[in-house]
Amino acid sequence: MIDRLRPFLALIKGDPQADRAVPPTGFTARLTVFTAGAMAFLAVFALALSFATGRVADRWAEELARTSTLRISAPEGQAVAQLAAAITVLETTPGIAQARALTPDEQRALLEPWFGPDLPIETLPIPQLVEIIEEDEGYDTKGLRARLQAEVPGAVLDDHTRWRAPLVDAAERLRALGWLVLLLIGAATAAMITLAAQSALSANAQVIRVMRLVGAKDTYIARAFVRRFTVRALIGAVIGVVTASALILLMPDAEVAGGFLTGLRFRGAEWIWPLLVPVLAAVVAFAATRHAAFRTLREQS
Amino acid sequence: MAVGAPVIELDNVAYSYGGTELFSNLSVSLPQGSFHFLTGPSGAGKTTLLKLCYGELHATRGEVRLFDKPAHEMDRDAVASVRRRIGVVHQDCQFLDHLTVTENVALPLKVAGRDSEGAGDIDDLMAWVGLSRQSQQTPPQLSGGERQRAALARAVIMSPDVIIADEPTGNVDWEMSQRLLSLLIELNRMGKAVLIATHDLNLIRTAKSQVSSRVLRLKGGQIQQAGADL
Repeated sequence: MIDRLRPFLALIKGDPQADRAVPPTGFTARLTVFTAGAMAFLAVFALALSFATGRVADRWAEELARTSTLRISAPEGQAVAQLAAAITVLETTPGIAQARALTPDEQRALLEPWFGPDLPIETLPIPQLVEIIEEDEGYDTKGLRARLQAEVPGAVLDDHTRWRAPLVDAAERLRALGWLVLLLIGAATAAMITLAAQSALSANAQVIRVMRLVGAKDTYIARAFVRRFTVRALIGAVIGVVTASALILLMPDAEVAGGFLTGLRFRGAEWIWPLLVPVLAAVVAFAATRHAAFRTLREQS
Repeated sequence: MAVGAPVIELDNVAYSYGGTELFSNLSVSLPQGSFHFLTGPSGAGKTTLLKLCYGELHATRGEVRLFDKPAHEMDRDAVASVRRRIGVVHQDCQFLDHLTVTENVALPLKVAGRDSEGAGDIDDLMAWVGLSRQSQQTPPQLSGGERQRAALARAVIMSPDVIIADEPTGNVDWEMSQRLLSLLIELNRMGKAVLIATHDLNLIRTAKSQVSSRVLRLKGGQIQQAGADL
Protein backbone atom coordinates (compact mmCIF):
# COMPACT_ATOMS: atom_id res chain seq x y z
CA MET A 1 0.00 0.00 0.00
CA ILE A 2 2.79 2.39 1.02
CA ASP A 3 4.70 1.42 -2.14
CA ARG A 4 1.66 2.24 -4.24
CA LEU A 5 1.25 5.60 -2.56
CA ARG A 6 4.93 6.45 -2.89
CA PRO A 7 4.75 7.97 -6.41
CA PHE A 8 1.79 10.12 -5.39
CA LEU A 9 3.54 11.25 -2.18
CA ALA A 10 6.70 11.97 -4.20
CA LEU A 11 4.59 14.06 -6.56
CA ILE A 12 3.12 16.06 -3.68
CA LYS A 13 6.55 16.47 -2.06
CA GLY A 14 8.09 17.36 -5.42
CA ASP A 15 11.59 18.30 -6.40
CA PRO A 16 12.14 21.99 -5.58
CA GLN A 17 15.07 22.25 -7.97
CA ALA A 18 13.20 20.66 -10.86
CA ASP A 19 10.13 22.78 -10.11
CA ARG A 20 12.20 25.93 -10.50
CA ALA A 21 12.59 25.16 -14.20
CA VAL A 22 9.00 26.27 -14.70
CA PRO A 23 8.45 29.85 -13.52
CA PRO A 24 5.47 30.48 -11.24
CA THR A 25 2.40 31.85 -12.99
CA GLY A 26 0.35 34.00 -10.63
CA PHE A 27 -2.88 34.14 -12.60
CA THR A 28 -3.36 30.41 -13.12
CA ALA A 29 -2.23 29.72 -9.55
CA ARG A 30 -4.88 32.05 -8.12
CA LEU A 31 -7.52 30.73 -10.54
CA THR A 32 -6.85 27.13 -9.55
CA VAL A 33 -6.89 27.82 -5.81
CA PHE A 34 -10.08 29.89 -6.15
CA THR A 35 -11.84 27.31 -8.35
CA ALA A 36 -10.90 24.39 -6.12
CA GLY A 37 -11.94 26.37 -3.02
CA ALA A 38 -15.30 27.44 -4.45
CA MET A 39 -16.09 23.97 -5.77
CA ALA A 40 -15.10 22.29 -2.50
CA PHE A 41 -17.31 24.80 -0.64
CA LEU A 42 -20.25 23.92 -2.90
CA ALA A 43 -19.51 20.21 -2.66
CA VAL A 44 -19.63 20.30 1.14
CA PHE A 45 -22.98 22.09 1.06
CA ALA A 46 -24.32 19.66 -1.56
CA LEU A 47 -23.23 16.80 0.70
CA ALA A 48 -24.79 18.41 3.78
CA LEU A 49 -28.02 19.09 1.88
CA SER A 50 -28.10 15.53 0.59
CA PHE A 51 -27.57 14.05 4.05
CA ALA A 52 -30.09 16.44 5.66
CA THR A 53 -32.85 15.75 3.14
CA GLY A 54 -32.15 12.05 3.35
CA ARG A 55 -32.38 12.16 7.14
CA VAL A 56 -35.61 14.16 7.15
CA ALA A 57 -37.21 11.93 4.54
CA ASP A 58 -36.07 8.81 6.42
CA ARG A 59 -37.55 10.19 9.63
CA TRP A 60 -40.86 11.01 7.98
CA ALA A 61 -41.03 7.63 6.32
CA GLU A 62 -40.12 5.85 9.55
CA GLU A 63 -42.66 7.75 11.62
CA LEU A 64 -45.40 7.22 9.08
CA ALA A 65 -44.46 3.59 8.67
CA ARG A 66 -44.87 2.91 12.40
CA THR A 67 -48.23 4.65 12.78
CA SER A 68 -51.71 4.29 11.31
CA THR A 69 -54.90 6.25 11.75
CA LEU A 70 -58.41 4.99 12.27
CA ARG A 71 -61.22 7.36 11.32
CA ILE A 72 -64.65 6.68 12.88
CA SER A 73 -67.65 8.43 11.33
CA ALA A 74 -70.57 7.20 13.39
CA PRO A 75 -74.16 8.52 13.62
CA GLU A 76 -74.90 10.63 16.68
CA GLY A 77 -75.48 8.42 19.70
CA GLN A 78 -73.28 5.58 18.38
CA ALA A 79 -69.97 7.42 18.39
CA VAL A 80 -68.93 6.44 21.93
CA ALA A 81 -69.91 2.80 21.46
CA GLN A 82 -68.14 2.51 18.10
CA LEU A 83 -65.01 4.14 19.56
CA ALA A 84 -64.96 1.69 22.45
CA ALA A 85 -65.49 -1.24 20.07
CA ALA A 86 -62.71 0.00 17.81
CA ILE A 87 -60.28 0.38 20.72
CA THR A 88 -61.13 -3.15 21.86
CA VAL A 89 -60.50 -4.52 18.36
CA LEU A 90 -57.24 -2.66 18.06
CA GLU A 91 -55.98 -3.67 21.50
CA THR A 92 -56.58 -7.29 20.70
CA THR A 93 -54.92 -7.17 17.31
CA PRO A 94 -51.39 -8.68 17.24
CA GLY A 95 -48.71 -6.22 16.10
CA ILE A 96 -50.38 -3.12 17.52
CA ALA A 97 -48.52 -1.66 20.46
CA GLN A 98 -50.93 1.09 21.34
CA ALA A 99 -54.26 2.53 20.20
CA ARG A 100 -55.35 5.90 21.50
CA ALA A 101 -58.27 8.18 20.63
CA LEU A 102 -57.19 11.75 19.94
CA THR A 103 -58.57 14.28 22.42
CA PRO A 104 -60.72 17.20 21.17
CA ASP A 105 -57.74 19.53 21.75
CA GLU A 106 -55.48 17.33 19.60
CA GLN A 107 -58.10 17.19 16.83
CA ARG A 108 -58.55 20.96 17.06
CA ALA A 109 -54.77 21.41 16.73
CA LEU A 110 -54.81 19.31 13.57
CA LEU A 111 -57.52 21.50 12.03
CA GLU A 112 -56.15 24.78 13.31
CA PRO A 113 -53.91 25.53 10.28
CA TRP A 114 -57.00 25.49 8.05
CA PHE A 115 -59.85 26.79 10.25
CA GLY A 116 -58.14 28.92 12.88
CA PRO A 117 -57.79 28.50 16.65
CA ASP A 118 -61.40 28.94 17.82
CA LEU A 119 -63.07 26.11 15.96
CA PRO A 120 -66.05 24.75 18.06
CA ILE A 121 -65.08 21.20 17.34
CA GLU A 122 -67.56 19.70 19.79
CA THR A 123 -70.49 21.06 17.80
CA LEU A 124 -69.29 19.86 14.41
CA PRO A 125 -69.78 16.35 12.95
CA ILE A 126 -66.05 15.67 12.79
CA PRO A 127 -64.96 12.02 12.70
CA GLN A 128 -63.14 10.71 15.74
CA LEU A 129 -59.49 9.88 15.03
CA VAL A 130 -57.60 7.02 16.67
CA GLU A 131 -53.80 6.91 16.53
CA ILE A 132 -52.39 3.42 16.13
CA ILE A 133 -48.76 2.76 17.06
CA GLU A 134 -47.41 -0.42 15.56
CA GLU A 135 -44.92 -2.87 16.95
CA ASP A 136 -41.75 -3.44 14.92
CA GLU A 137 -43.18 -6.38 12.96
CA GLY A 138 -46.43 -4.50 12.17
CA TYR A 139 -49.94 -5.91 11.90
CA ASP A 140 -52.07 -7.70 9.33
CA THR A 141 -53.77 -4.78 7.57
CA LYS A 142 -56.15 -6.96 5.57
CA GLY A 143 -57.27 -8.92 8.67
CA LEU A 144 -57.75 -5.77 10.72
CA ARG A 145 -59.85 -4.14 8.00
CA ALA A 146 -62.08 -7.23 7.89
CA ARG A 147 -62.58 -7.21 11.65
CA LEU A 148 -63.31 -3.48 11.71
CA GLN A 149 -65.83 -3.81 8.90
CA ALA A 150 -67.67 -6.43 10.94
CA GLU A 151 -67.50 -4.79 14.36
CA VAL A 152 -67.13 -1.04 13.68
CA PRO A 153 -68.94 -0.29 10.40
CA GLY A 154 -68.14 3.47 10.50
CA ALA A 155 -64.35 2.97 10.80
CA VAL A 156 -61.87 3.63 7.99
CA LEU A 157 -58.26 2.44 8.45
CA ASP A 158 -55.46 4.53 6.91
CA ASP A 159 -52.09 2.73 7.14
CA HIS A 160 -50.30 5.73 5.49
CA THR A 161 -49.12 3.68 2.50
CA ARG A 162 -50.22 6.37 0.07
CA TRP A 163 -48.19 8.97 2.02
CA ARG A 164 -45.14 6.81 2.51
CA ALA A 165 -44.49 5.77 -1.11
CA PRO A 166 -43.94 9.29 -2.52
CA LEU A 167 -41.80 10.23 0.49
CA VAL A 168 -39.49 7.26 -0.01
CA ASP A 169 -39.39 8.08 -3.70
CA ALA A 170 -38.59 11.73 -2.94
CA ALA A 171 -35.79 10.68 -0.57
CA GLU A 172 -34.21 8.48 -3.20
CA ARG A 173 -34.47 11.23 -5.81
CA LEU A 174 -32.94 13.81 -3.47
CA ARG A 175 -30.02 11.54 -2.69
CA ALA A 176 -29.47 10.86 -6.39
CA LEU A 177 -29.69 14.60 -7.06
CA GLY A 178 -27.03 15.21 -4.41
CA TRP A 179 -24.65 12.79 -6.10
CA LEU A 180 -25.44 14.31 -9.49
CA VAL A 181 -24.58 17.76 -8.13
CA LEU A 182 -21.30 16.39 -6.76
CA LEU A 183 -20.48 14.83 -10.13
CA LEU A 184 -21.20 18.14 -11.87
CA ILE A 185 -19.01 19.97 -9.36
CA GLY A 186 -16.20 17.46 -10.03
CA ALA A 187 -16.59 17.84 -13.79
CA ALA A 188 -16.64 21.66 -13.55
CA THR A 189 -13.51 21.55 -11.37
CA ALA A 190 -11.76 19.31 -13.89
CA ALA A 191 -12.75 21.62 -16.76
CA MET A 192 -11.56 24.79 -14.99
CA ILE A 193 -8.27 23.22 -13.93
CA THR A 194 -7.73 21.86 -17.45
CA LEU A 195 -8.19 25.38 -18.85
CA ALA A 196 -5.84 26.85 -16.25
CA ALA A 197 -3.25 24.15 -16.95
CA GLN A 198 -3.50 24.69 -20.71
CA SER A 199 -3.10 28.42 -20.15
CA ALA A 200 0.01 27.83 -18.01
CA LEU A 201 1.44 25.44 -20.59
CA SER A 202 0.85 27.93 -23.41
CA ALA A 203 2.38 30.76 -21.37
CA ASN A 204 5.44 28.58 -20.81
CA ALA A 205 5.85 27.42 -24.42
CA GLN A 206 9.38 28.88 -24.54
CA VAL A 207 10.34 27.17 -21.28
CA ILE A 208 9.04 23.87 -22.66
CA ARG A 209 10.99 24.43 -25.88
CA VAL A 210 14.24 25.02 -23.98
CA MET A 211 13.66 22.01 -21.75
CA ARG A 212 13.06 19.85 -24.80
CA LEU A 213 16.23 21.16 -26.44
CA VAL A 214 18.28 19.98 -23.48
CA GLY A 215 16.69 16.53 -23.56
CA ALA A 216 13.70 16.74 -21.23
CA LYS A 217 11.11 14.04 -21.81
CA ASP A 218 7.38 14.79 -21.74
CA THR A 219 7.00 13.05 -18.39
CA TYR A 220 9.56 15.36 -16.76
CA ILE A 221 7.99 18.51 -18.20
CA ALA A 222 4.44 17.42 -17.37
CA ARG A 223 5.39 16.49 -13.80
CA ALA A 224 6.28 20.06 -12.85
CA PHE A 225 2.89 21.33 -14.04
CA VAL A 226 0.92 18.39 -12.63
CA ARG A 227 2.49 18.75 -9.20
CA ARG A 228 1.77 22.46 -9.04
CA PHE A 229 -1.86 22.17 -10.04
CA THR A 230 -2.46 19.17 -7.77
CA VAL A 231 -1.02 21.00 -4.76
CA ARG A 232 -2.93 24.20 -5.61
CA ALA A 233 -6.21 22.28 -5.94
CA LEU A 234 -5.52 20.53 -2.65
CA ILE A 235 -4.85 23.84 -0.86
CA GLY A 236 -7.91 25.50 -2.40
CA ALA A 237 -10.14 22.55 -1.53
CA VAL A 238 -8.90 22.49 2.08
CA ILE A 239 -9.75 26.21 2.38
CA GLY A 240 -13.20 25.60 0.83
CA VAL A 241 -13.95 22.61 3.06
CA VAL A 242 -12.83 24.36 6.25
CA THR A 243 -14.92 27.45 5.41
CA ALA A 244 -18.02 25.45 4.49
CA SER A 245 -17.68 23.18 7.53
CA ALA A 246 -17.34 26.19 9.84
CA LEU A 247 -20.48 27.77 8.38
CA ILE A 248 -22.38 24.50 8.69
CA LEU A 249 -21.31 24.16 12.32
CA LEU A 250 -22.55 27.70 12.99
CA MET A 251 -26.06 26.85 11.78
CA PRO A 252 -28.69 26.26 14.51
CA ASP A 253 -29.22 22.70 15.64
CA ALA A 254 -32.18 20.87 14.10
CA GLU A 255 -33.30 19.69 17.53
CA VAL A 256 -33.75 23.28 18.70
CA ALA A 257 -35.68 24.71 15.77
CA GLY A 258 -37.05 21.47 14.42
CA GLY A 259 -37.15 22.70 10.84
CA PHE A 260 -35.83 21.22 7.65
CA LEU A 261 -33.01 23.62 6.72
CA THR A 262 -31.70 23.84 10.28
CA GLY A 263 -30.79 20.16 10.01
CA LEU A 264 -28.07 21.05 7.47
CA ARG A 265 -25.09 19.47 9.21
CA PHE A 266 -23.06 16.30 9.30
CA ARG A 267 -23.42 13.72 12.02
CA GLY A 268 -20.90 11.14 13.19
CA ALA A 269 -19.37 9.18 10.33
CA GLU A 270 -20.87 11.60 7.80
CA TRP A 271 -17.93 13.92 8.56
CA ILE A 272 -15.69 11.56 6.59
CA TRP A 273 -17.30 12.84 3.38
CA PRO A 274 -16.24 16.51 3.63
CA LEU A 275 -12.78 15.31 4.69
CA LEU A 276 -12.59 13.34 1.44
CA VAL A 277 -13.40 16.40 -0.70
CA PRO A 278 -9.81 17.83 -0.75
CA VAL A 279 -8.42 14.40 -1.61
CA LEU A 280 -10.91 14.03 -4.44
CA ALA A 281 -10.14 17.59 -5.63
CA ALA A 282 -6.43 16.73 -5.73
CA VAL A 283 -7.12 13.52 -7.65
CA VAL A 284 -9.33 15.41 -10.14
CA ALA A 285 -6.65 18.12 -10.55
CA PHE A 286 -3.94 15.47 -11.00
CA ALA A 287 -5.88 13.65 -13.72
CA ALA A 288 -7.05 16.85 -15.47
CA THR A 289 -3.60 18.50 -15.50
CA ARG A 290 -1.83 15.33 -16.58
CA HIS A 291 -4.26 14.87 -19.46
CA ALA A 292 -3.97 18.56 -20.47
CA ALA A 293 -0.17 18.54 -20.15
CA PHE A 294 0.42 15.50 -22.31
CA ARG A 295 -2.08 16.68 -24.91
CA THR A 296 -0.51 20.16 -25.08
CA LEU A 297 3.01 18.71 -25.23
CA ARG A 298 1.91 16.43 -28.06
CA GLU A 299 0.45 19.41 -29.92
CA GLN A 300 3.55 21.55 -29.32
CA SER A 301 5.96 18.89 -30.63
CA MET B 1 41.61 13.76 -34.11
CA ALA B 2 40.84 10.56 -36.01
CA VAL B 3 37.31 10.36 -37.30
CA GLY B 4 35.06 7.35 -36.66
CA ALA B 5 31.64 6.02 -37.61
CA PRO B 6 28.95 8.51 -38.64
CA VAL B 7 26.94 9.94 -35.76
CA ILE B 8 24.65 12.08 -37.92
CA GLU B 9 23.76 11.25 -41.51
CA LEU B 10 21.48 13.02 -43.96
CA ASP B 11 20.65 10.92 -46.99
CA ASN B 12 18.98 12.67 -49.95
CA VAL B 13 17.12 14.90 -47.56
CA ALA B 14 14.63 17.55 -48.65
CA TYR B 15 12.86 20.07 -46.48
CA SER B 16 9.87 22.20 -47.47
CA TYR B 17 8.35 25.03 -45.51
CA GLY B 18 5.08 26.68 -46.49
CA GLY B 19 5.07 24.93 -49.85
CA THR B 20 8.56 26.14 -50.76
CA GLU B 21 11.38 23.64 -50.93
CA LEU B 22 14.31 24.99 -48.96
CA PHE B 23 16.67 22.28 -50.11
CA SER B 24 16.53 18.85 -51.70
CA ASN B 25 18.68 15.75 -52.34
CA LEU B 26 21.02 16.85 -49.62
CA SER B 27 23.45 14.28 -48.23
CA VAL B 28 25.84 14.93 -45.35
CA SER B 29 27.66 12.62 -42.99
CA LEU B 30 29.21 13.73 -39.70
CA PRO B 31 31.58 11.08 -38.36
CA GLN B 32 32.59 10.83 -34.72
CA GLY B 33 35.49 13.22 -34.03
CA SER B 34 34.97 15.26 -37.21
CA PHE B 35 34.95 19.07 -37.40
CA HIS B 36 32.64 20.72 -39.91
CA PHE B 37 31.69 24.27 -40.73
CA LEU B 38 28.39 25.03 -42.42
CA THR B 39 28.34 28.26 -44.38
CA GLY B 40 26.04 29.89 -46.88
CA PRO B 41 24.06 33.04 -47.49
CA SER B 42 21.34 34.13 -45.10
CA GLY B 43 18.12 32.25 -45.73
CA ALA B 44 19.90 29.32 -47.37
CA GLY B 45 18.62 27.00 -44.64
CA LYS B 46 21.64 26.61 -42.33
CA THR B 47 19.59 26.75 -39.13
CA THR B 48 16.98 24.42 -40.64
CA LEU B 49 19.70 21.94 -41.54
CA LEU B 50 21.05 22.08 -37.99
CA LYS B 51 17.52 21.49 -36.63
CA LEU B 52 17.26 18.37 -38.79
CA CYS B 53 20.56 17.25 -37.27
CA TYR B 54 19.24 17.36 -33.70
CA GLY B 55 15.71 16.16 -34.40
CA GLU B 56 13.78 19.38 -33.89
CA LEU B 57 12.54 19.21 -37.48
CA HIS B 58 11.74 16.24 -39.67
CA ALA B 59 12.80 15.95 -43.31
CA THR B 60 9.97 16.08 -45.84
CA ARG B 61 11.88 13.58 -48.01
CA GLY B 62 14.92 11.39 -47.59
CA GLU B 63 16.24 10.06 -44.32
CA VAL B 64 18.04 11.59 -41.34
CA ARG B 65 19.85 9.06 -39.15
CA LEU B 66 20.91 10.08 -35.66
CA PHE B 67 23.32 7.62 -34.08
CA ASP B 68 22.35 5.10 -36.75
CA LYS B 69 18.60 5.35 -36.04
CA PRO B 70 16.14 6.91 -38.52
CA ALA B 71 14.91 10.18 -36.96
CA HIS B 72 11.43 9.85 -38.45
CA GLU B 73 10.89 6.59 -36.58
CA MET B 74 11.74 8.11 -33.21
CA ASP B 75 9.00 9.01 -30.73
CA ARG B 76 9.34 12.13 -28.57
CA ASP B 77 11.08 10.29 -25.73
CA ALA B 78 13.60 8.80 -28.17
CA VAL B 79 14.30 12.28 -29.60
CA ALA B 80 14.80 13.56 -26.03
CA SER B 81 17.31 10.75 -25.39
CA VAL B 82 19.18 11.61 -28.60
CA ARG B 83 19.34 15.27 -27.63
CA ARG B 84 21.19 14.30 -24.48
CA ARG B 85 23.95 13.08 -26.82
CA ILE B 86 23.92 16.25 -28.93
CA GLY B 87 24.95 19.55 -27.33
CA VAL B 88 23.44 22.53 -29.11
CA VAL B 89 24.58 26.17 -28.92
CA HIS B 90 21.89 28.41 -30.35
CA GLN B 91 22.50 31.82 -31.79
CA ASP B 92 20.06 33.28 -29.28
CA CYS B 93 21.30 30.90 -26.57
CA GLN B 94 17.80 29.81 -25.44
CA PHE B 95 18.11 30.22 -21.67
CA LEU B 96 15.54 30.16 -18.92
CA ASP B 97 15.88 33.73 -17.72
CA HIS B 98 14.47 33.10 -14.23
CA LEU B 99 17.24 30.61 -13.43
CA THR B 100 20.84 31.42 -12.56
CA VAL B 101 23.60 30.74 -15.06
CA THR B 102 24.67 27.67 -13.07
CA GLU B 103 21.12 26.34 -13.00
CA ASN B 104 20.82 26.87 -16.75
CA VAL B 105 24.11 25.10 -17.37
CA ALA B 106 23.03 22.22 -15.12
CA LEU B 107 19.58 21.92 -16.74
CA PRO B 108 20.52 19.00 -19.05
CA LEU B 109 21.80 17.03 -16.03
CA LYS B 110 18.65 17.86 -14.11
CA VAL B 111 16.22 16.74 -16.83
CA ALA B 112 18.22 13.55 -17.27
CA GLY B 113 17.96 12.86 -13.52
CA ARG B 114 21.74 13.11 -13.11
CA ASP B 115 21.90 16.39 -11.18
CA SER B 116 23.33 14.71 -8.07
CA GLU B 117 26.49 13.59 -9.83
CA GLY B 118 27.74 16.82 -11.36
CA ALA B 119 28.09 19.50 -8.67
CA GLY B 120 31.91 19.56 -8.84
CA ASP B 121 31.86 19.17 -12.61
CA ILE B 122 29.66 22.25 -12.99
CA ASP B 123 32.14 24.38 -11.03
CA ASP B 124 34.98 23.08 -13.20
CA LEU B 125 32.95 23.70 -16.33
CA MET B 126 32.08 27.25 -15.27
CA ALA B 127 35.77 27.88 -14.67
CA TRP B 128 36.63 26.32 -18.06
CA VAL B 129 34.35 28.79 -19.87
CA GLY B 130 35.49 31.62 -17.57
CA LEU B 131 32.17 32.24 -15.88
CA SER B 132 32.90 31.35 -12.26
CA ARG B 133 32.22 34.90 -11.11
CA GLN B 134 28.91 35.08 -12.99
CA SER B 135 27.58 31.71 -11.86
CA GLN B 136 24.82 33.14 -9.67
CA GLN B 137 23.75 35.82 -12.12
CA THR B 138 20.77 35.37 -14.42
CA PRO B 139 21.21 35.23 -18.22
CA PRO B 140 19.89 38.77 -18.86
CA GLN B 141 22.72 40.07 -16.67
CA LEU B 142 25.39 38.54 -18.94
CA SER B 143 27.11 40.10 -21.94
CA GLY B 144 26.74 38.52 -25.41
CA GLY B 145 30.04 36.68 -25.14
CA GLU B 146 29.30 35.44 -21.64
CA ARG B 147 25.93 34.14 -22.80
CA GLN B 148 27.58 32.25 -25.67
CA ARG B 149 30.10 30.70 -23.28
CA ALA B 150 27.33 29.74 -20.88
CA ALA B 151 25.44 28.17 -23.79
CA LEU B 152 28.56 26.23 -24.71
CA ALA B 153 28.95 25.05 -21.11
CA ARG B 154 25.34 23.84 -21.12
CA ALA B 155 25.89 22.13 -24.47
CA VAL B 156 28.84 20.08 -23.19
CA ILE B 157 27.80 19.31 -19.63
CA MET B 158 26.33 15.94 -20.60
CA SER B 159 29.59 15.10 -22.38
CA PRO B 160 27.71 14.69 -25.67
CA ASP B 161 29.07 12.95 -28.76
CA VAL B 162 28.21 15.90 -31.02
CA ILE B 163 28.37 19.68 -30.56
CA ILE B 164 26.21 21.73 -32.91
CA ALA B 165 26.63 25.50 -32.80
CA ASP B 166 24.51 27.99 -34.73
CA GLU B 167 26.44 31.23 -35.31
CA PRO B 168 28.18 30.94 -31.91
CA THR B 169 30.31 34.00 -32.63
CA GLY B 170 27.58 36.09 -34.23
CA ASN B 171 27.21 38.54 -31.35
CA VAL B 172 30.69 38.63 -29.89
CA ASP B 173 33.92 40.48 -30.62
CA TRP B 174 36.95 38.93 -32.34
CA GLU B 175 38.74 38.10 -29.13
CA MET B 176 35.72 36.33 -27.69
CA SER B 177 35.08 34.47 -30.94
CA GLN B 178 38.67 33.15 -30.80
CA ARG B 179 38.12 32.04 -27.25
CA LEU B 180 34.91 30.22 -28.16
CA LEU B 181 36.63 28.61 -31.13
CA SER B 182 39.43 27.39 -28.88
CA LEU B 183 36.88 25.77 -26.59
CA LEU B 184 35.20 24.04 -29.53
CA ILE B 185 38.54 22.81 -30.90
CA GLU B 186 39.43 21.51 -27.45
CA LEU B 187 36.13 19.58 -27.38
CA ASN B 188 36.87 18.16 -30.84
CA ARG B 189 40.26 16.97 -29.63
CA MET B 190 38.37 15.13 -26.87
CA GLY B 191 36.61 13.15 -29.61
CA LYS B 192 33.43 15.16 -30.09
CA ALA B 193 32.03 15.74 -33.57
CA VAL B 194 31.60 19.49 -34.08
CA LEU B 195 29.32 21.21 -36.58
CA ILE B 196 29.36 25.01 -36.64
CA ALA B 197 27.08 27.15 -38.79
CA THR B 198 28.74 30.51 -39.41
CA HIS B 199 29.13 33.43 -41.78
CA ASP B 200 32.50 34.25 -40.32
CA LEU B 201 35.16 33.25 -42.86
CA ASN B 202 37.95 34.53 -40.64
CA LEU B 203 36.82 32.15 -37.95
CA ILE B 204 36.95 29.26 -40.45
CA ARG B 205 40.44 30.26 -41.60
CA THR B 206 41.68 30.47 -38.02
CA ALA B 207 40.15 27.08 -37.20
CA LYS B 208 41.67 25.41 -40.25
CA SER B 209 45.11 26.40 -39.06
CA GLN B 210 44.50 24.54 -35.81
CA VAL B 211 42.26 21.59 -36.62
CA SER B 212 41.43 19.32 -39.55
CA SER B 213 38.04 20.52 -40.69
CA ARG B 214 35.71 20.45 -43.66
CA VAL B 215 33.48 23.23 -44.92
CA LEU B 216 29.96 22.53 -46.15
CA ARG B 217 28.57 25.37 -48.21
CA LEU B 218 24.78 25.48 -48.49
CA LYS B 219 23.69 27.46 -51.52
CA GLY B 220 20.73 27.19 -53.88
CA GLY B 221 19.37 24.26 -51.96
CA GLN B 222 22.51 22.19 -52.49
CA ILE B 223 25.54 21.31 -50.39
CA GLN B 224 28.99 21.99 -51.81
CA GLN B 225 31.79 20.26 -49.97
CA ALA B 226 34.65 22.75 -49.97
CA GLY B 227 37.05 20.28 -48.40
CA ALA B 228 40.28 21.93 -47.38
CA ASP B 229 39.61 24.94 -49.57
CA LEU B 230 37.33 27.84 -49.02
